[in-house]
Amino acid sequence: MLRRLENVLAELPLLHGLAPETLTLIAGCAGNVHFAQDAHLIRRGEPADVFYLIRHGSAVLETYVPGRGPVAIETLEAGEVLGWSWLFPPYRWHLDARALTPVRATAFDGACLRGKCDADPALGYDLMSRFAQVLIERLQWTRLRLIDVYGNDRR
Amino acid sequence: MTVADRLPPTVMVPQPFRVGARTQDTADTFTLTLEPLHGEPPLIAPGQFMMVYAFGIGEVPISVSGTSDDAEVILTVRSVGAVSLAICSARVGGVLGLRGPYGNSWPIEPARGGDVIVVAGGIGLAPLRMLIRQVVGNREDFAAVSVLYGARTPGDLLYLDELESLREAADVAVTVDAADGSWRGQVGVVPKLVGAARFAGDTAHAFVCGPEVMMDFTVQALMSRGVAPERIHLSMERHMDCGVGLCGHCQLGPTLICRDGAVYTYAEIARWMKVREL
Amino acid sequence: MQGQRITPVVIGAAALDDLLDTLRVSGFRVLGPRVRDGAIVYDDLSAASELPIGWTDEQDGGSYRLKRREDGARFGYAVGPHSWKQFLFRPEARLWRARRLPDGELAVEEEPTEDQPMAFIGVRSCELHAIEIQDRVFMGGRHADRDYAARRDGAFLVAVNCITAGGTCFCASMGTGPKADAGYDLALTELLDGEHRFLAESGSERGAAVLAQLPQRPATDADLGAAGKAVAATEAQMGRTLDTDDIRNLLARNLEHPRWDDVAERCLSCGNCTQVCPTCFCSSVEDTSDLSGEVAQRTRVWDTCFSVDYSHIHGGSVRSSTRARYRQWMTHKLGTWIDQFGTSGCVGCGRCITWCPVGIDITEELSAIRATEDDDAQTA
Repeated sequence: MLRRLENVLAELPLLHGLAPETLTLIAGCAGNVHFAQDAHLIRRGEPADVFYLIRHGSAVLETYVPGRGPVAIETLEAGEVLGWSWLFPPYRWHLDARALTPVRATAFDGACLRGKCDADPALGYDLMSRFAQVLIERLQWTRLRLIDVYGNDRR
Repeated sequence: MTVADRLPPTVMVPQPFRVGARTQDTADTFTLTLEPLHGEPPLIAPGQFMMVYAFGIGEVPISVSGTSDDAEVILTVRSVGAVSLAICSARVGGVLGLRGPYGNSWPIEPARGGDVIVVAGGIGLAPLRMLIRQVVGNREDFAAVSVLYGARTPGDLLYLDELESLREAADVAVTVDAADGSWRGQVGVVPKLVGAARFAGDTAHAFVCGPEVMMDFTVQALMSRGVAPERIHLSMERHMDCGVGLCGHCQLGPTLICRDGAVYTYAEIARWMKVREL
Repeated sequence: MQGQRITPVVIGAAALDDLLDTLRVSGFRVLGPRVRDGAIVYDDLSAASELPIGWTDEQDGGSYRLKRREDGARFGYAVGPHSWKQFLFRPEARLWRARRLPDGELAVEEEPTEDQPMAFIGVRSCELHAIEIQDRVFMGGRHADRDYAARRDGAFLVAVNCITAGGTCFCASMGTGPKADAGYDLALTELLDGEHRFLAESGSERGAAVLAQLPQRPATDADLGAAGKAVAATEAQMGRTLDTDDIRNLLARNLEHPRWDDVAERCLSCGNCTQVCPTCFCSSVEDTSDLSGEVAQRTRVWDTCFSVDYSHIHGGSVRSSTRARYRQWMTHKLGTWIDQFGTSGCVGCGRCITWCPVGIDITEELSAIRATEDDDAQTA
């Protein structure tokens, strides 16, 4: 049974708590997409004009290192947001993201959403806050990996 | 009665155990199955540790990762120094000395009827293994059960087959900090797994073991999901020489880890964990 | 102990030899104070003439000197660098030897326990409390130290009430003296007004039996009065004081107090304090083998929390700074010992002050923290 996009969006952690009319507004910039296993969701260097909220499946953020091949940076699971290069110029992806399993996601048009945020600063502030929170959390987990907690682990 | 008859029993003499089986888990970690040469094996509760002696070399505390009906004691040991290297090098048929078990155990009883979340980092999965088996072995006594586990790389993961077999009874999430090309699982830190795990924060009991930094971030993630500090159980670690509360080494503020721990609730231990170099 | 008190008696100074003989004949190894290398130390005692007759000590932070006294007092000093712990909790004790047999079996030979009981002559009240504190550590928990228990079993304690307070003493503050009130077999108070004599009280049946064999006369009111006066004078004469009010919480909430940085600049981390302290109990377990690898042994040796390796885990030490190690020692001694064992770890003997090469004074450090604690420095 097809559900209204707004209802799907309401369940996503990033958009949790937004008013119904706001969800409708945002839904105007969104659409559902599918990726087959091993398909690329984003590619380094290509125009970053969308971001994805993963609904089912998982994807790996990776980058190609000469001599090592693709090196995994982080995996993203259902409920997580992929992509923030759409926020600021030059709007280009820095990494690849590849589906580890078949992925169903909601794609958001970056230009469309930026336009709506410019028109409605309150909405813009709300969305930027939500993205900032995601970024902060990602940075925290990344820093934790930097210190290599397992290096001297002993029991 | 002689003086000797009046004296307390000896606690510093290791009991000989023979290595019945030896498997290599990772590049530096081995699991040994041991049987006592004499008498009955001790009764061991999940979370307890033994003092393990390599003849002529030394003795270190090792958490018990399993027991069996065949009177076996199972230890997973990571080789990080002279003594653990000697223990890991013990061959099948070789003899190690064991004292114990010592310490307290994971409080599983109070968790009955509710959700259980087990979070392990690196070799921290070993002290939790007996708890996981006990929970899964009494599955109907618990609601949602999650096992969240991670290590540095895929090659450092322990008990992978066993974790796979748990998937029917529990939500199992495995992650690594860094992966090679062949890994198709999650990449990211263990504390991150807490956010997506299935449990009711206001009633769940959490059992956490791993490097102290990892435990710290995991506790923060659990508390932001509503798990109260009294329901978060950690296994702490400090240097131990005797394991029986006599040598003083394992102190952390007001507590002796070998005697009062190694399992503490976050409510009990938070204050002391936060003081640097305590 | 209290039910066994009998009326105090008076013995003459010459009776000390009778006391030592009686104990020796009963099979005790007799240990007591003597002068050696410019200090009063504890060692085997064969005659009362070996006691530090006519000697007293002058003590201050980082300073210890022996001085003559004119009255021929046998016990006219406070405490020296030795405590009785070296006999009960030996600096080095082999626990067992083991041989590896062809089938892999371990043939373990435990070290035989000490069968000859010891008699300590001249145990101060602070030292009685220190022994009691170590009894709790080594025998009061779920697992006991067998070697300590063996040496403690049957030990005969002849206490002496202090007639002089040392320059670094603060037993009065810690509630551990100067009067010995329990834990002894015999207690002597040296009286030097007029006839040189000792008020003698028994604290146990064994003590009473030994006392009964010594030439004596009943104590008069004058004797009792003189003893009370001497002890009261000592109590008023303490070299230091320490305010123990809510000390456990005071220290627990001041773990980041700037005073720790201050003392860390002076502390050499030498561990002298832990060595002379009568309650410090930390040890390490040394496992060794002979060259063939066939015979191994385990030895318990004194350790100190001031050594960097003491807190070694994961390729590093938890307490790598002197600041952290001094803080550990002092907060344990005065505060967390209470959490761990139910009593303070300090008996106010002052040895740590006297024998610190730079004269760090635990009473001064505590006062400084108490006086200058403020909300910014608290960790609670």
